[in-house]
Amino acid sequence: MNLNVNFCGIQFPNPTVLASGYLGVTGASLANCTSKGAGGVTSKTLLMKERTGHANPTILTFPGGVINAVGLSGEGIGNAKHEFEKYRELAPENPIIGSVGGHDIDEIVEVAQIMDEYPVDMLELNFSCPNVEGEMGKPIACDPLITAQATKAVRQVTKKPITVKLSPNVPDIGLVAKHAEANGADAITAVNTMGPGMVIDIQMRRPILTNKVGGVSGHAIKPIAVRCVWDIYRSVKIPIIATGGVINGRDALEMMMAGGSLLGIGSAIVYHDLKCFDMITDKIRAFMEEEGLNDISELVGLAHEEGFDRDKL
Amino acid sequence: MSLPLVFKVDSIRQDSPNLKTYVFKHNIRAKSGQFLMVWLPGHDEVPMSIGWQTKEEFHVGIADAGDCTHAIHENIKVGDKLGFRGPYGTSFDYKDVDHLICVGGGYGTPPMLNLAQRATELGKKVTVIQGARSADYLLYEDLFNQLGVELLVSTDDGSKGHHGYNTDVLEEHLSKIDRSENVCIYTCGPEVMMVKVAQIAEKNELKCQVSLERYMKCGFGICGQCCMDDSGIRICKDGPIISGEYALEHPEFGKYTRGQSGKVEK
Ligand SMILES: Cc1cc2nc3c(=O)[nH]c(=O)nc-3n(C[C@H](O)[C@H](O)[C@H](O)COP(=O)(O)OP(=O)(O)OC[C@H]3O[C@@H](n4cnc5c(N)ncnc54)[C@H](O)[C@@H]3O)c2cc1C
Ligand SMILES: Cc1cc2nc3c(=O)[nH]c(=O)nc-3n(C[C@H](O)[C@H](O)[C@H](O)COP(=O)(O)O)c2cc1C
Ligand code: FES
Repeated sequence: MNLNVNFCGIQFPNPTVLASGYLGVTGASLANCTSKGAGGVTSKTLLMKERTGHANPTILTFPGGVINAVGLSGEGIGNAKHEFEKYRELAPENPIIGSVGGHDIDEIVEVAQIMDEYPVDMLELNFSCPNVEGEMGKPIACDPLITAQATKAVRQVTKKPITVKLSPNVPDIGLVAKHAEANGADAITAVNTMGPGMVIDIQMRRPILTNKVGGVSGHAIKPIAVRCVWDIYRSVKIPIIATGGVINGRDALEMMMAGGSLLGIGSAIVYHDLKCFDMITDKIRAFMEEEGLNDISELVGLAHEEGFDRDKL
Repeated sequence: MSLPLVFKVDSIRQDSPNLKTYVFKHNIRAKSGQFLMVWLPGHDEVPMSIGWQTKEEFHVGIADAGDCTHAIHENIKVGDKLGFRGPYGTSFDYKDVDHLICVGGGYGTPPMLNLAQRATELGKKVTVIQGARSADYLLYEDLFNQLGVELLVSTDDGSKGHHGYNTDVLEEHLSKIDRSENVCIYTCGPEVMMVKVAQIAEKNELKCQVSLERYMKCGFGICGQCCMDDSGIRICKDGPIISGEYALEHPEFGKYTRGQSGKVEK
């Protein structure tokens, strides 16, 4: 049975990939995740300058999910080389996706150019963080035409595969994916957090997050994430890193059937800690055995009607 | 779920010139060494160890160390509210230990008090070795005495107890202990002190547990802000309590930490 995923020419030993912003501040932490079963990892989104992000409280869980307003904290791309080198030293076998961010297209291109020189296998363009809107305005992925421009600009500065990370907060995510594909994206990561949302403490009579609002993720957004992956699968030919509320093997299978080739894993860690990667992979293996499937790629898009052919898109 | 619980301050103790202890009437059910994320609305949320703890109340000893802690010292009075997430993290293991030697300094003392309280309840022998810059800064002598533990102190200026480091007191004390008993050293305080304590334990072939401190955001193991090189363990989840031996395997122990952005700070 084959659980190995060839994604844009990169070999992932299983379909689980740590999602950006989860346990991705240091190379050693990323490597700790692969040692516990993650097939690959995504680094925390980096911008040009060092950023402290928003003041705590920045991350909360509520019944059903997670809300965060970390606010893209990071040491800045120029300072972060040692973390990628540390990851490579500790986890030479598992792919790493470098997440790229910026206030505008110029900054994104600048960060991508530096990321391109680092030992990463693929670049993920974070066009979709909803908790920095006060500072950066509406995310790029909310507009198909700006998504097109930004993807095109980055395409010119790297030969590494690019995946564009999309926002669920749009009327037609398939259209945004099409604009990314047409301008050189090799893959789509969907979705980033929803919202923004808010949680108020009734005793304090205040929003709990110091930023007041934050991006919502976890099981609560899974049906929306599944629909987004479904729409994207029917709009473009490039493969998808399906992300959003995948906390167990059943969720993972659902996402693959909607059209995900890889699975972005984040909020699963809240519920199952680092054994979530093995739990998900084991469940997929068991399901394939029961159903008589031999290759994991057979699961991808299985929920779409017979005769639906992406190659005819 | 990790939404905060909100409690009113029942009383406040000024325990040293820069540390106030806030008392809350709630059964927090924490294991010894665990911490809380303490929320001051509109400012910040910061990790704090749990000190004195009974079924009726718990104490949090807060040193004035910067923006948020200063704002708590200035603004929070009896009857005011603070938010708490947790308890989080690993705890001290003392099940099979006969004699606990607790080495604390500064705001590392509250978890040592909690541990001494739990261990004396079980009838175990406890020695507390506390260091401070001067006699004024020594913490919780009344509560340690109430527990009936052996309390040894050192001050940098010699105003009380041994004139020098508490690690000197530890070495001196180890030469006198009964090695036929199961002895374990516990420590919480400045990291350079904990490195020294872990090394002393290693040299004396004694078990040791340290309580580490790193910048925290989530507190429950998902954001990766508090991880240590090279194992990548999360101090909020796989710590804050780890064995001294394991701590010494980490090249960053006593050498560097990462701040709010994730950048390395010496
Ligand atoms: C597990 C744990 C237990 C702790 N227990 C106690 C205790 O019982 N009593 C006590 O007085 N202090 C304790 N601290 C330290 C306390 O969290 C810091 O002193 C406090 O966060 C300072 O916040 P500030 O805004 O006042 O300071 P700032 O002005 O923000 O900075 C002062 C210092 O505090 C550190 N700090 C700030 N925010 C955080 C954060 N979110 N996480 C970790 N460090 C931070 C900074 O890195 C800096 O070194 C503990 C820390 C940890 C990690
Ligand atoms: C604390 C936290 C931080 C995040 N940081 C980033 C980030 O820096 N870049 C990014 O592209 N996505 C970030 N995300 C979004 C996740 O990568 C993911 O797309 C989203 O949370 C949905 O997956 P989940 O339901 O499994 O959490 C973050 C999410 C959380 C909860
Ligand atoms: S504080 Fe988030 S992982 Fe430790």
